Amino acid sequence: MIERGHHDLGGLPAGKVERTEHDYAEWERRVDAMVQLLRFQGRITVDELRKNIEALPPEAYRSMAYYEKWVASLAQTLLQRGIVTTEELARKMAEINARS
Amino acid sequence: MKEDQGTYRPLSYFQLMEVTLRELLVEKGVLTQQQVDSEVQAMRERTPERGARVVARAWADAAFKRELLENGSKACEAMGIQVPGLHLVAVENTPQVHNVIVCTLCSCYPRMLLGIPPDWYKSLNYRSRMVREPRAVLAEFGLAIAPQTQIRVHDSSADMRYMVLPMRPAGTEGWSEKRLAELVHRDCMIGVAVPKGPRD
Amino acid sequence: MPGARFKPGERVKVLKAFPPGHIRTPYYIRGHVGEIERLCGAFPNPEELAQMRNGLPAQPLYRVRFRQKDVWPDYSGNPADVLEVEIFQHWLEKA
Repeated sequence: MIERGHHDLGGLPAGKVERTEHDYAEWERRVDAMVQLLRFQGRITVDELRKNIEALPPEAYRSMAYYEKWVASLAQTLLQRGIVTTEELARKMAEINARS
Repeated sequence: MKEDQGTYRPLSYFQLMEVTLRELLVEKGVLTQQQVDSEVQAMRERTPERGARVVARAWADAAFKRELLENGSKACEAMGIQVPGLHLVAVENTPQVHNVIVCTLCSCYPRMLLGIPPDWYKSLNYRSRMVREPRAVLAEFGLAIAPQTQIRVHDSSADMRYMVLPMRPAGTEGWSEKRLAELVHRDCMIGVAVPKGPRD
Repeated sequence: MPGARFKPGERVKVLKAFPPGHIRTPYYIRGHVGEIERLCGAFPNPEELAQMRNGLPAQPLYRVRFRQKDVWPDYSGNPADVLEVEIFQHWLEKA
């Protein structure tokens, strides 16, 4: 923790706003959907998700895409809540990799 | 379940993470695939068109406009637009005041009404500069605000979410709500644009 | 739940504090003076929710209006331009 979170951007010098838009990919929409569902169930809060996004290192925070940050944060949040374990994640990731 | 568009590419680490989490959560009975698919579809149906209808009604009906300004979510629900969990504050543009919305800390946006925000709203540059130099940023968006107009920048730092109620363009007297709603696009409700009327 | 201490129009100062943790009072506004625009209601404390605690009792949340020229020394727009930020009661004191 440092005095100013690197997410706390208001008033910092910055360049021109690039008016990019993209049609969100299905995997991104599913991340969004899982977050909404888990919040409605009361299993996680948006505050924990934000805290875990803010905990990403500064360069990662600046360079990762929006839903990459969300899915990384969702994984940390679910680990902290004990809804998944690291062992389960490792097992499942290996299984998925083996399929493709 | 649709795959990503385009030719085959191996999953990125983050796409792998999405599949991993989803499959584990389904195995554990926390979620079902159908719930995920339904929620994806529900979010697809939340579009700026819903906000445009709210704006059109406020233009056409002075009593509704007062209700909207007093309690945004309640007014949406009175129109049959469901916005679960949304604490909406509608802020009104007038000839003296122009409003614009930002979330400097992350990307807070009235998603339950308008859907997912555009990339630029979530960008580092927008979040950094809108609170400090709104006129310059609005000019980059092609919107020139008169020097004597007051600009109010709203930073969505906590539980409220904001939509701008733009001014009704001249030359639209007697128009139906449906026709009025067609003038209102997403950026008008964020405050980086204004609706164009028949005389513009 | 703590009662609402401030009324619309009242001048308040944002605490000039920089503690660690998840905080929803933006850095740029700390230490600045503004006026209460409205009481939004009472909401669970996000600083506590972020740590997997329930954030209760709910804390009064205000929209506070600041003049841009008071916040940024080099602000060059209309002197009447304002910034409106939501701030929890425990970050505010009477100005």
